[in-house]
Amino acid sequence: MSAAPSAAQRRAWRSPLLAIAWPGAIGLLSGLLLLLVALPIAGLLFSASPRQLLAGLGDPLVVPALRLTIFTTTVTLLVILTCGTPLGWIIARKTRRGIGAGPTARLWRVLETIVELPVVLPPAVAGVALLLAFGRRGLLGPALGAAGIGLPFTCAAVVVAQTFVAAPFYLQAAVAAFRRLDPDMILVARTLGASPPRLLFTVAIPVSWPSLAGGAAMSWARALGEFGATLMFAGNMSGRTQTLPLAIYTALESDLRTAQSLSILLVVVAFALLVAIRAGARR
Amino acid sequence: MRRTTSVTTSVLPAVFVAVWVALSGLGPAIAAKPPSGELVVFEAASLKEAFATLASRFEKDHPGAHVVANTAGSQELRAQIEHGAVGDVFASADQRHMSALATEGLVVGPALFACNEPVVVVRSALGASLKTFADLPRAERIVVGAPEVPIGAYTLQIFQKAGASYGAGFAAQLQAKIVSHELNVRQVLAKVVLGEADAGIVYRSDAMAAKGKVAVVAIPAELNVTAAYPIAMLKAAPRPELARAFVDLVRSPAGAAVLREAGFVPCPGR
Repeated sequence: MSAAPSAAQRRAWRSPLLAIAWPGAIGLLSGLLLLLVALPIAGLLFSASPRQLLAGLGDPLVVPALRLTIFTTTVTLLVILTCGTPLGWIIARKTRRGIGAGPTARLWRVLETIVELPVVLPPAVAGVALLLAFGRRGLLGPALGAAGIGLPFTCAAVVVAQTFVAAPFYLQAAVAAFRRLDPDMILVARTLGASPPRLLFTVAIPVSWPSLAGGAAMSWARALGEFGATLMFAGNMSGRTQTLPLAIYTALESDLRTAQSLSILLVVVAFALLVAIRAGARR
Repeated sequence: MRRTTSVTTSVLPAVFVAVWVALSGLGPAIAAKPPSGELVVFEAASLKEAFATLASRFEKDHPGAHVVANTAGSQELRAQIEHGAVGDVFASADQRHMSALATEGLVVGPALFACNEPVVVVRSALGASLKTFADLPRAERIVVGAPEVPIGAYTLQIFQKAGASYGAGFAAQLQAKIVSHELNVRQVLAKVVLGEADAGIVYRSDAMAAKGKVAVVAIPAELNVTAAYPIAMLKAAPRPELARAFVDLVRSPAGAAVLREAGFVPCPGR
Protein backbone atom coordinates (compact mmCIF):
# COMPACT_ATOMS: atom_id res chain seq x y z
CA MET A 1 0.00 0.00 0.00
CA SER A 2 1.44 3.34 -1.03
CA ALA A 3 1.53 6.30 1.33
CA ALA A 4 -0.20 8.64 -1.11
CA PRO A 5 -3.95 8.12 -1.48
CA SER A 6 -4.96 6.59 -4.77
CA ALA A 7 -7.35 8.22 -7.19
CA ALA A 8 -10.22 5.96 -6.11
CA GLN A 9 -9.64 6.80 -2.46
CA ARG A 10 -9.60 10.51 -3.16
CA ARG A 11 -12.84 10.20 -5.08
CA ALA A 12 -14.44 8.34 -2.20
CA TRP A 13 -13.55 11.05 0.28
CA ARG A 14 -14.89 13.66 -2.09
CA SER A 15 -18.33 12.03 -2.13
CA PRO A 16 -20.63 14.92 -1.10
CA LEU A 17 -22.82 12.82 1.22
CA LEU A 18 -19.82 11.59 3.17
CA ALA A 19 -18.33 15.09 3.27
CA ILE A 20 -21.37 16.27 5.23
CA ALA A 21 -22.40 13.13 7.05
CA TRP A 22 -19.04 12.14 8.50
CA PRO A 23 -18.15 15.41 10.25
CA GLY A 24 -21.81 15.67 11.22
CA ALA A 25 -21.82 12.25 12.86
CA ILE A 26 -18.53 12.89 14.65
CA GLY A 27 -19.73 16.27 15.84
CA LEU A 28 -23.13 15.04 16.98
CA LEU A 29 -21.88 12.03 18.90
CA SER A 30 -18.99 13.78 20.61
CA GLY A 31 -21.16 16.83 21.27
CA LEU A 32 -23.74 14.69 23.08
CA LEU A 33 -21.16 13.26 25.45
CA LEU A 34 -19.52 16.64 26.00
CA LEU A 35 -22.87 18.19 26.91
CA LEU A 36 -23.76 15.37 29.24
CA VAL A 37 -20.55 15.92 31.21
CA ALA A 38 -20.28 19.70 30.93
CA LEU A 39 -23.89 20.68 31.67
CA PRO A 40 -24.09 19.31 35.23
CA ILE A 41 -20.76 20.96 36.06
CA ALA A 42 -22.07 24.23 34.61
CA GLY A 43 -25.21 23.78 36.69
CA LEU A 44 -23.07 23.37 39.78
CA LEU A 45 -21.03 26.47 39.01
CA PHE A 46 -23.63 28.89 37.72
CA SER A 47 -26.94 28.12 39.42
CA ALA A 48 -26.17 30.17 42.52
CA SER A 49 -24.77 33.66 42.94
CA PRO A 50 -21.15 33.95 44.12
CA ARG A 51 -22.39 35.55 47.31
CA GLN A 52 -24.64 32.58 48.12
CA LEU A 53 -21.73 30.25 47.43
CA LEU A 54 -19.37 32.21 49.66
CA ALA A 55 -21.99 32.19 52.40
CA GLY A 56 -22.19 28.41 51.99
CA LEU A 57 -18.44 28.15 52.60
CA GLY A 58 -18.96 29.80 55.99
CA ASP A 59 -20.63 26.62 57.28
CA PRO A 60 -18.74 25.16 60.27
CA LEU A 61 -18.46 21.80 58.46
CA VAL A 62 -16.27 23.24 55.71
CA VAL A 63 -12.83 23.96 57.19
CA PRO A 64 -12.40 20.72 59.18
CA ALA A 65 -13.59 18.70 56.19
CA LEU A 66 -11.21 20.43 53.79
CA ARG A 67 -8.26 20.03 56.15
CA LEU A 68 -9.06 16.37 56.80
CA THR A 69 -9.51 15.64 53.10
CA ILE A 70 -6.17 17.15 52.13
CA PHE A 71 -4.42 15.36 54.97
CA THR A 72 -5.96 11.92 54.43
CA THR A 73 -5.67 11.91 50.64
CA THR A 74 -2.01 12.96 50.87
CA VAL A 75 -1.24 10.14 53.29
CA THR A 76 -3.21 7.75 51.08
CA LEU A 77 -1.26 8.79 48.01
CA LEU A 78 2.06 8.33 49.84
CA VAL A 79 1.02 4.86 50.99
CA ILE A 80 -0.08 3.93 47.47
CA LEU A 81 3.15 5.20 45.87
CA THR A 82 5.39 3.57 48.48
CA CYS A 83 3.75 0.16 48.38
CA GLY A 84 2.19 0.23 44.92
CA THR A 85 5.41 0.91 43.01
CA PRO A 86 7.24 -2.22 44.26
CA LEU A 87 4.07 -4.29 43.83
CA GLY A 88 3.57 -3.04 40.27
CA TRP A 89 7.25 -3.69 39.53
CA ILE A 90 7.25 -7.25 40.80
CA ILE A 91 3.98 -8.08 39.00
CA ALA A 92 5.35 -6.66 35.75
CA ARG A 93 8.66 -8.51 36.13
CA LYS A 94 7.08 -11.84 37.05
CA THR A 95 4.60 -11.75 34.19
CA ARG A 96 6.81 -10.22 31.47
CA ARG A 97 7.08 -11.76 28.05
CA GLY A 98 9.35 -14.76 27.95
CA ILE A 99 8.54 -16.02 31.45
CA GLY A 100 4.86 -15.15 31.26
CA ALA A 101 3.59 -18.70 30.71
CA GLY A 102 4.78 -20.60 33.79
CA PRO A 103 2.72 -21.36 36.91
CA THR A 104 4.41 -18.57 38.93
CA ALA A 105 3.46 -16.07 36.25
CA ARG A 106 -0.11 -17.31 36.36
CA LEU A 107 -0.15 -16.92 40.14
CA TRP A 108 1.07 -13.34 39.80
CA ARG A 109 -1.61 -12.62 37.22
CA VAL A 110 -4.24 -13.89 39.66
CA LEU A 111 -2.77 -11.62 42.35
CA GLU A 112 -2.88 -8.73 39.91
CA THR A 113 -6.58 -9.36 39.28
CA ILE A 114 -7.31 -9.57 43.00
CA VAL A 115 -5.68 -6.26 43.86
CA GLU A 116 -7.50 -4.60 41.01
CA LEU A 117 -10.91 -5.90 42.12
CA PRO A 118 -11.87 -2.86 44.23
CA VAL A 119 -12.34 -0.93 40.98
CA VAL A 120 -15.54 -2.84 40.31
CA LEU A 121 -16.77 -3.16 43.91
CA PRO A 122 -19.65 -0.85 44.83
CA PRO A 123 -18.32 1.53 47.52
CA ALA A 124 -20.78 0.40 50.19
CA VAL A 125 -19.69 -3.20 49.62
CA ALA A 126 -16.09 -2.05 50.00
CA GLY A 127 -17.07 -0.51 53.34
CA VAL A 128 -18.69 -3.69 54.58
CA ALA A 129 -15.72 -5.74 53.35
CA LEU A 130 -13.36 -3.48 55.31
CA LEU A 131 -15.49 -3.88 58.44
CA LEU A 132 -15.49 -7.65 57.99
CA ALA A 133 -11.69 -7.58 57.78
CA PHE A 134 -10.67 -4.91 60.31
CA GLY A 135 -13.82 -4.39 62.39
CA ARG A 136 -14.42 -5.69 65.89
CA ARG A 137 -15.95 -8.88 64.55
CA GLY A 138 -13.78 -8.93 61.43
CA LEU A 139 -11.06 -11.40 60.50
CA LEU A 140 -8.33 -9.33 62.15
CA GLY A 141 -10.68 -7.87 64.78
CA PRO A 142 -9.59 -10.02 67.73
CA ALA A 143 -5.89 -9.56 66.92
CA LEU A 144 -6.24 -5.79 66.52
CA GLY A 145 -8.36 -5.63 69.68
CA ALA A 146 -5.69 -7.50 71.64
CA ALA A 147 -3.13 -4.97 70.41
CA GLY A 148 -5.42 -2.19 71.59
CA ILE A 149 -6.10 -0.96 68.06
CA GLY A 150 -9.62 0.00 67.09
CA LEU A 151 -9.56 1.03 63.46
CA PRO A 152 -13.20 1.90 62.64
CA PHE A 153 -14.28 5.48 63.38
CA THR A 154 -10.70 6.80 63.28
CA CYS A 155 -8.81 8.97 60.85
CA ALA A 156 -6.67 5.92 60.02
CA ALA A 157 -9.83 4.15 58.87
CA VAL A 158 -10.38 6.95 56.36
CA VAL A 159 -6.90 6.35 54.93
CA VAL A 160 -7.47 2.59 54.82
CA ALA A 161 -10.77 3.03 52.97
CA GLN A 162 -9.26 5.48 50.50
CA THR A 163 -6.23 3.27 49.90
CA PHE A 164 -8.45 0.24 49.34
CA VAL A 165 -10.53 1.89 46.63
CA ALA A 166 -7.84 4.10 45.06
CA ALA A 167 -4.73 1.89 44.95
CA PRO A 168 -5.84 -0.22 41.95
CA PHE A 169 -5.80 2.82 39.68
CA TYR A 170 -2.13 3.51 40.35
CA LEU A 171 -1.26 -0.16 40.34
CA GLN A 172 -2.85 -0.71 36.92
CA ALA A 173 -0.88 2.19 35.48
CA ALA A 174 2.37 1.06 37.11
CA VAL A 175 2.09 -2.54 35.93
CA ALA A 176 1.25 -1.43 32.39
CA ALA A 177 4.13 1.06 32.32
CA PHE A 178 6.71 -1.38 33.69
CA ARG A 179 5.54 -4.05 31.24
CA ARG A 180 6.08 -1.67 28.33
CA LEU A 181 9.74 -1.13 29.24
CA ASP A 182 12.08 -2.21 26.48
CA PRO A 183 13.51 -5.61 27.55
CA ASP A 184 16.79 -4.77 25.73
CA MET A 185 17.17 -1.62 27.81
CA ILE A 186 16.79 -3.63 31.02
CA LEU A 187 19.19 -6.25 29.70
CA VAL A 188 21.76 -3.58 28.87
CA ALA A 189 21.38 -2.00 32.28
CA ARG A 190 21.87 -5.37 33.95
CA THR A 191 24.89 -6.24 31.79
CA LEU A 192 26.42 -2.89 32.63
CA GLY A 193 26.20 -4.00 36.25
CA ALA A 194 23.14 -2.17 37.51
CA SER A 195 21.89 -3.71 40.77
CA PRO A 196 18.15 -4.52 41.01
CA PRO A 197 17.39 -1.41 43.14
CA ARG A 198 19.39 0.75 40.76
CA LEU A 199 17.51 -0.74 37.81
CA LEU A 200 14.20 0.23 39.41
CA PHE A 201 15.18 3.70 40.62
CA THR A 202 17.41 4.97 37.83
CA VAL A 203 15.94 3.20 34.81
CA ALA A 204 12.41 1.86 35.26
CA ILE A 205 10.86 4.69 37.29
CA PRO A 206 12.33 7.62 35.32
CA VAL A 207 11.38 6.05 31.97
CA SER A 208 7.85 5.20 33.18
CA TRP A 209 7.37 8.49 34.99
CA PRO A 210 4.58 9.99 32.85
CA SER A 211 2.41 6.86 33.19
CA LEU A 212 3.15 6.58 36.90
CA ALA A 213 2.17 10.20 37.45
CA GLY A 214 -1.02 9.70 35.46
CA GLY A 215 -1.90 6.66 37.56
CA ALA A 216 -1.11 8.57 40.74
CA ALA A 217 -3.43 11.37 39.63
CA MET A 218 -6.25 8.88 38.99
CA SER A 219 -5.71 7.29 42.39
CA TRP A 220 -5.62 10.64 44.09
CA ALA A 221 -8.84 11.73 42.38
CA ARG A 222 -10.55 8.49 43.41
CA ALA A 223 -9.40 8.94 47.02
CA LEU A 224 -10.65 12.51 47.00
CA GLY A 225 -14.12 11.46 45.89
CA GLU A 226 -14.30 8.40 48.14
CA PHE A 227 -17.62 8.34 49.98
CA GLY A 228 -19.38 5.02 50.49
CA ALA A 229 -16.57 2.97 51.99
CA THR A 230 -15.53 5.83 54.26
CA LEU A 231 -19.06 6.34 55.54
CA MET A 232 -19.42 2.64 56.25
CA PHE A 233 -15.97 1.95 57.69
CA ALA A 234 -14.90 5.24 59.26
CA GLY A 235 -18.21 6.86 60.10
CA ASN A 236 -19.07 10.53 59.82
CA MET A 237 -17.53 12.75 62.51
CA SER A 238 -16.59 16.33 61.78
CA GLY A 239 -12.85 16.91 62.17
CA ARG A 240 -12.06 13.20 62.55
CA THR A 241 -13.57 11.20 59.72
CA GLN A 242 -15.79 13.62 57.83
CA THR A 243 -14.07 14.25 54.49
CA LEU A 244 -15.42 16.66 51.87
CA PRO A 245 -17.72 14.14 50.15
CA LEU A 246 -19.23 13.18 53.51
CA ALA A 247 -19.60 16.84 54.47
CA ILE A 248 -21.35 17.45 51.16
CA TYR A 249 -23.79 14.66 51.83
CA THR A 250 -24.35 15.85 55.39
CA ALA A 251 -24.96 19.41 54.23
CA LEU A 252 -27.37 18.13 51.60
CA GLU A 253 -29.67 17.09 54.44
CA SER A 254 -30.12 20.67 55.56
CA ASP A 255 -28.87 23.17 53.04
CA LEU A 256 -28.44 22.65 49.31
CA ARG A 257 -26.33 25.83 48.95
CA THR A 258 -23.70 24.68 51.43
CA ALA A 259 -23.55 21.34 49.65
CA GLN A 260 -23.17 23.14 46.35
CA SER A 261 -20.38 25.41 47.65
CA LEU A 262 -18.56 22.37 49.03
CA SER A 263 -18.96 20.53 45.73
CA ILE A 264 -17.46 23.44 43.83
CA LEU A 265 -14.61 23.53 46.33
CA LEU A 266 -14.03 19.83 45.70
CA VAL A 267 -14.10 20.34 41.93
CA VAL A 268 -11.63 23.25 42.17
CA VAL A 269 -9.24 21.38 44.47
CA ALA A 270 -9.40 18.29 42.25
CA PHE A 271 -8.91 20.29 39.08
CA ALA A 272 -5.93 22.20 40.50
CA LEU A 273 -4.23 19.03 41.70
CA LEU A 274 -4.83 17.16 38.45
CA VAL A 275 -3.38 20.05 36.46
CA ALA A 276 -0.38 20.19 38.79
CA ILE A 277 0.27 16.46 38.50
CA ARG A 278 -0.10 16.53 34.72
CA ALA A 279 2.32 19.46 34.51
CA GLY A 280 4.74 17.65 36.79
CA ALA A 281 4.54 14.53 34.65
CA ARG A 282 5.36 16.39 31.47
CA ARG A 283 8.55 17.78 32.90
CA MET B 1 -9.00 0.98 -1.46
CA ARG B 2 -12.52 -0.17 -2.07
CA ARG B 3 -12.61 -1.65 1.38
CA THR B 4 -12.17 1.75 3.00
CA THR B 5 -15.11 3.14 1.10
CA SER B 6 -17.45 0.25 1.70
CA VAL B 7 -16.63 0.06 5.41
CA THR B 8 -17.29 3.76 5.88
CA THR B 9 -20.50 3.77 3.92
CA SER B 10 -21.87 0.71 5.64
CA VAL B 11 -20.89 1.78 9.16
CA LEU B 12 -22.20 5.30 8.89
CA PRO B 13 -25.88 4.47 8.27
CA ALA B 14 -25.66 1.86 10.98
CA VAL B 15 -24.45 4.52 13.40
CA PHE B 16 -27.28 6.83 12.41
CA VAL B 17 -29.83 4.06 12.79
CA ALA B 18 -28.42 3.18 16.20
CA VAL B 19 -28.58 6.79 17.37
CA TRP B 20 -32.09 7.21 15.98
CA VAL B 21 -33.31 4.02 17.64
CA ALA B 22 -31.69 5.01 20.92
CA LEU B 23 -33.20 8.50 20.85
CA SER B 24 -36.67 7.36 19.78
CA GLY B 25 -36.54 4.70 22.48
CA LEU B 26 -35.48 7.25 25.05
CA GLY B 27 -38.25 9.71 24.28
CA PRO B 28 -41.15 7.66 25.57
CA ALA B 29 -39.03 6.18 28.35
CA ILE B 30 -38.43 9.65 29.75
CA ALA B 31 -41.93 11.00 29.24
CA ALA B 32 -44.06 7.92 29.79
CA LYS B 33 -46.56 7.52 32.59
CA PRO B 34 -46.06 4.41 34.67
CA PRO B 35 -47.95 1.40 33.31
CA SER B 36 -51.58 1.23 34.38
CA GLY B 37 -52.12 -0.19 37.84
CA GLU B 38 -48.69 0.88 39.06
CA LEU B 39 -48.79 2.85 42.30
CA VAL B 40 -45.60 4.66 43.28
CA VAL B 41 -45.21 5.16 47.03
CA PHE B 42 -42.53 7.52 48.36
CA GLU B 43 -41.85 6.16 51.84
CA ALA B 44 -39.48 7.22 54.61
CA ALA B 45 -36.72 4.67 55.22
CA SER B 46 -38.12 3.67 58.62
CA LEU B 47 -41.41 2.54 57.01
CA LYS B 48 -39.80 0.02 54.67
CA GLU B 49 -40.84 -3.25 56.37
CA ALA B 50 -44.33 -2.16 57.46
CA PHE B 51 -45.14 -0.71 54.07
CA ALA B 52 -43.90 -3.83 52.30
CA THR B 53 -46.48 -5.84 54.24
CA LEU B 54 -49.17 -3.24 53.52
CA ALA B 55 -48.25 -3.17 49.84
CA SER B 56 -48.68 -6.92 49.39
CA ARG B 57 -52.03 -6.71 51.20
CA PHE B 58 -53.04 -3.83 48.93
CA GLU B 59 -52.07 -5.79 45.81
CA LYS B 60 -54.22 -8.69 47.03
CA ASP B 61 -57.21 -6.39 47.58
CA HIS B 62 -56.75 -4.58 44.26
CA PRO B 63 -56.03 -7.13 41.52
CA GLY B 64 -53.89 -5.62 38.79
CA ALA B 65 -52.41 -3.02 41.12
CA HIS B 66 -48.68 -3.08 41.61
CA VAL B 67 -47.04 -1.05 44.37
CA VAL B 68 -43.58 0.34 43.63
CA ALA B 69 -41.73 1.64 46.69
CA ASN B 70 -39.29 4.52 46.58
CA THR B 71 -37.55 4.31 49.95
CA ALA B 72 -35.23 7.09 51.15
CA GLY B 73 -34.83 9.69 53.88
CA SER B 74 -37.84 12.02 54.15
CA GLN B 75 -35.69 14.99 53.21
CA GLU B 76 -34.48 13.26 50.06
CA LEU B 77 -38.02 12.23 49.08
CA ARG B 78 -39.21 15.79 49.59
CA ALA B 79 -36.44 17.08 47.31
CA GLN B 80 -37.37 14.49 44.67
CA ILE B 81 -41.03 15.56 44.76
CA GLU B 82 -40.06 19.22 44.59
CA HIS B 83 -37.99 18.49 41.51
CA GLY B 84 -40.84 16.82 39.70
CA ALA B 85 -40.47 13.11 40.49
CA VAL B 86 -43.64 11.22 39.52
CA GLY B 87 -45.35 9.41 42.38
CA ASP B 88 -48.73 8.85 44.01
CA VAL B 89 -48.28 8.73 47.77
CA PHE B 90 -45.80 10.32 50.17
CA ALA B 91 -45.33 8.98 53.71
CA SER B 92 -42.90 11.10 55.72
CA ALA B 93 -41.08 10.47 59.00
CA ASP B 94 -41.14 14.16 59.76
CA GLN B 95 -44.01 16.64 59.74
CA ARG B 96 -41.74 19.47 58.66
CA HIS B 97 -41.19 18.04 55.19
CA MET B 98 -44.87 17.25 54.69
CA SER B 99 -45.92 20.76 55.76
CA ALA B 100 -43.41 22.26 53.35
CA LEU B 101 -44.84 20.23 50.47
CA ALA B 102 -48.39 21.13 51.52
CA THR B 103 -47.47 24.83 51.50
CA GLU B 104 -46.03 24.41 48.02
CA GLY B 105 -49.29 22.77 46.93
CA LEU B 106 -47.63 19.50 45.95
CA VAL B 107 -49.59 17.18 48.28
CA VAL B 108 -53.28 16.88 49.17
CA GLY B 109 -54.72 16.39 52.66
CA PRO B 110 -51.80 15.23 54.80
CA ALA B 111 -52.83 13.28 57.92
CA LEU B 112 -50.93 11.61 60.76
CA PHE B 113 -51.05 7.83 60.63
CA ALA B 114 -48.48 6.62 63.16
CA CYS B 115 -45.94 7.69 65.70
CA ASN B 116 -42.52 6.32 66.46
CA GLU B 117 -40.32 6.72 69.50
CA PRO B 118 -36.55 6.69 69.75
CA VAL B 119 -34.96 3.83 71.74
CA VAL B 120 -31.40 2.86 72.55
CA VAL B 121 -30.08 -0.21 70.74
CA VAL B 122 -27.13 -1.96 72.33
CA ARG B 123 -24.87 -4.49 70.65
CA SER B 124 -25.95 -7.90 71.80
CA ALA B 125 -22.76 -8.73 73.73
CA LEU B 126 -23.30 -5.71 75.99
CA GLY B 127 -27.02 -6.34 76.55
CA ALA B 128 -26.40 -7.66 80.05
CA SER B 129 -24.40 -4.73 81.35
CA LEU B 130 -26.26 -1.90 79.67
CA LYS B 131 -29.86 -2.23 80.77
CA THR B 132 -31.20 1.26 81.40
CA PHE B 133 -30.79 4.64 79.78
CA ALA B 134 -28.76 5.77 82.82
CA ASP B 135 -26.18 3.07 81.96
CA LEU B 136 -25.55 4.59 78.54
CA PRO B 137 -22.24 6.27 79.50
CA ARG B 138 -20.84 2.74 80.00
CA ALA B 139 -20.81 2.31 76.26
CA GLU B 140 -17.41 2.96 74.73
CA ARG B 141 -18.57 4.01 71.29
CA ILE B 142 -21.94 5.60 70.66
CA VAL B 143 -23.30 6.25 67.17
CA VAL B 144 -26.10 8.73 66.57
CA GLY B 145 -27.81 10.41 63.62
CA ALA B 146 -26.39 13.66 62.26
CA PRO B 147 -28.25 16.70 63.64
CA GLU B 148 -29.34 17.43 60.06
CA VAL B 149 -31.50 14.28 59.86
CA PRO B 150 -34.64 13.78 62.00
CA ILE B 151 -33.32 10.98 64.23
CA GLY B 152 -30.22 13.06 64.98
CA ALA B 153 -32.31 16.10 65.88
CA TYR B 154 -34.42 13.95 68.25
CA THR B 155 -31.29 12.44 69.77
CA LEU B 156 -29.94 15.90 70.46
CA GLN B 157 -33.21 16.85 72.21
CA ILE B 158 -33.10 13.66 74.28
CA PHE B 159 -29.49 14.28 75.36
CA GLN B 160 -30.36 17.86 76.27
CA LYS B 161 -33.29 16.72 78.42
CA ALA B 162 -31.07 14.05 79.97
CA GLY B 163 -28.52 16.73 80.79
CA ALA B 164 -31.22 18.76 82.49
CA SER B 165 -32.42 15.87 84.66
CA TYR B 166 -29.24 13.75 85.20
CA GLY B 167 -26.81 16.67 85.28
CA ALA B 168 -24.65 18.33 82.65
CA GLY B 169 -21.87 15.80 83.34
CA PHE B 170 -24.07 13.00 82.02
CA ALA B 171 -24.73 14.80 78.75
CA ALA B 172 -21.04 15.68 78.36
CA GLN B 173 -20.07 12.04 78.99
CA LEU B 174 -22.45 10.92 76.26
CA GLN B 175 -21.17 13.55 73.82
CA ALA B 176 -17.59 12.40 74.42
CA LYS B 177 -18.52 8.82 73.50
CA ILE B 178 -20.07 9.70 70.15
CA VAL B 179 -17.86 8.41 67.34
CA SER B 180 -20.05 9.06 64.31
CA HIS B 181 -22.98 11.13 63.11
CA GLU B 182 -24.66 8.84 60.61
CA LEU B 183 -26.74 10.19 57.76
CA ASN B 184 -29.72 7.95 58.24
CA VAL B 185 -31.17 5.87 60.99
CA ARG B 186 -30.48 2.53 59.30
CA GLN B 187 -26.77 3.31 59.20
CA VAL B 188 -26.87 3.90 62.96
CA LEU B 189 -28.57 0.53 63.35
CA ALA B 190 -26.09 -1.19 61.00
CA LYS B 191 -23.10 -0.03 63.05
CA VAL B 192 -24.62 -1.51 66.21
CA VAL B 193 -25.74 -4.75 64.49
CA LEU B 194 -22.19 -5.19 63.15
CA GLY B 195 -20.89 -4.66 66.67
CA GLU B 196 -18.68 -1.72 65.68
CA ALA B 197 -20.63 0.63 67.92
CA ASP B 198 -21.73 -0.32 71.42
CA ALA B 199 -24.92 1.69 71.36
CA GLY B 200 -26.96 3.87 69.09
CA ILE B 201 -30.24 5.73 69.07
CA VAL B 202 -32.81 4.62 66.50
CA TYR B 203 -36.59 4.40 66.21
CA ARG B 204 -38.37 1.52 67.91
CA SER B 205 -39.48 0.36 64.45
CA ASP B 206 -35.84 0.04 63.36
CA ALA B 207 -34.99 -1.88 66.52
CA MET B 208 -37.86 -4.27 65.68
CA ALA B 209 -36.41 -4.79 62.22
CA ALA B 210 -33.16 -5.99 63.86
CA LYS B 211 -34.89 -8.14 66.47
CA GLY B 212 -32.51 -10.62 68.05
CA LYS B 213 -29.41 -8.90 66.72
CA VAL B 214 -29.42 -6.01 69.19
CA ALA B 215 -30.71 -5.41 72.71
CA VAL B 216 -33.30 -2.66 73.11
CA VAL B 217 -33.29 -0.18 75.99
CA ALA B 218 -36.27 2.14 76.37
CA ILE B 219 -35.72 5.83 76.90
CA PRO B 220 -37.63 7.18 79.94
CA ALA B 221 -40.86 8.85 78.80
CA GLU B 222 -39.98 12.17 80.44
CA LEU B 223 -36.81 12.38 78.32
CA ASN B 224 -38.23 10.99 75.13
CA VAL B 225 -39.75 12.67 72.12
CA THR B 226 -42.30 11.38 69.62
CA ALA B 227 -41.83 11.37 65.87
CA ALA B 228 -45.14 11.83 64.06
CA TYR B 229 -45.58 10.29 60.60
CA PRO B 230 -47.92 12.03 58.13
CA ILE B 231 -49.12 10.53 54.84
CA ALA B 232 -50.64 12.30 51.84
CA MET B 233 -51.55 11.83 48.20
CA LEU B 234 -49.43 13.74 45.70
CA LYS B 235 -51.28 16.50 43.86
CA ALA B 236 -49.90 15.23 40.53
CA ALA B 237 -50.58 11.54 41.29
CA PRO B 238 -51.08 9.64 38.02
CA ARG B 239 -53.34 7.13 39.88
CA PRO B 240 -55.40 9.21 42.32
CA GLU B 241 -58.03 6.52 43.03
CA LEU B 242 -55.39 3.91 43.87
CA ALA B 243 -53.45 6.50 45.87
CA ARG B 244 -56.52 7.33 47.95
CA ALA B 245 -57.23 3.64 48.52
CA PHE B 246 -53.66 3.06 49.69
CA VAL B 247 -53.78 5.99 52.11
CA ASP B 248 -57.10 4.64 53.44
CA LEU B 249 -55.56 1.20 53.98
CA VAL B 250 -52.60 2.70 55.88
CA ARG B 251 -54.98 4.64 58.13
CA SER B 252 -57.42 1.75 58.65
CA PRO B 253 -57.43 -0.44 61.80
CA ALA B 254 -55.81 -3.19 59.71
CA GLY B 255 -53.06 -0.77 58.71
CA ALA B 256 -52.60 0.32 62.31
CA ALA B 257 -52.20 -3.34 63.33
CA VAL B 258 -49.42 -3.87 60.77
CA LEU B 259 -47.69 -0.70 61.91
CA ARG B 260 -47.97 -1.70 65.58
CA GLU B 261 -46.44 -5.05 64.71
CA ALA B 262 -43.53 -3.17 63.14
CA GLY B 263 -42.90 -1.18 66.31
CA PHE B 264 -44.89 1.99 65.67
CA VAL B 265 -47.07 3.37 68.42
CA PRO B 266 -50.40 5.21 68.35
CA CYS B 267 -49.82 8.94 68.48
CA PRO B 268 -50.29 10.37 71.97
CA GLY B 269 -53.49 12.33 72.53
CA ARG B 270 -55.28 10.77 69.57
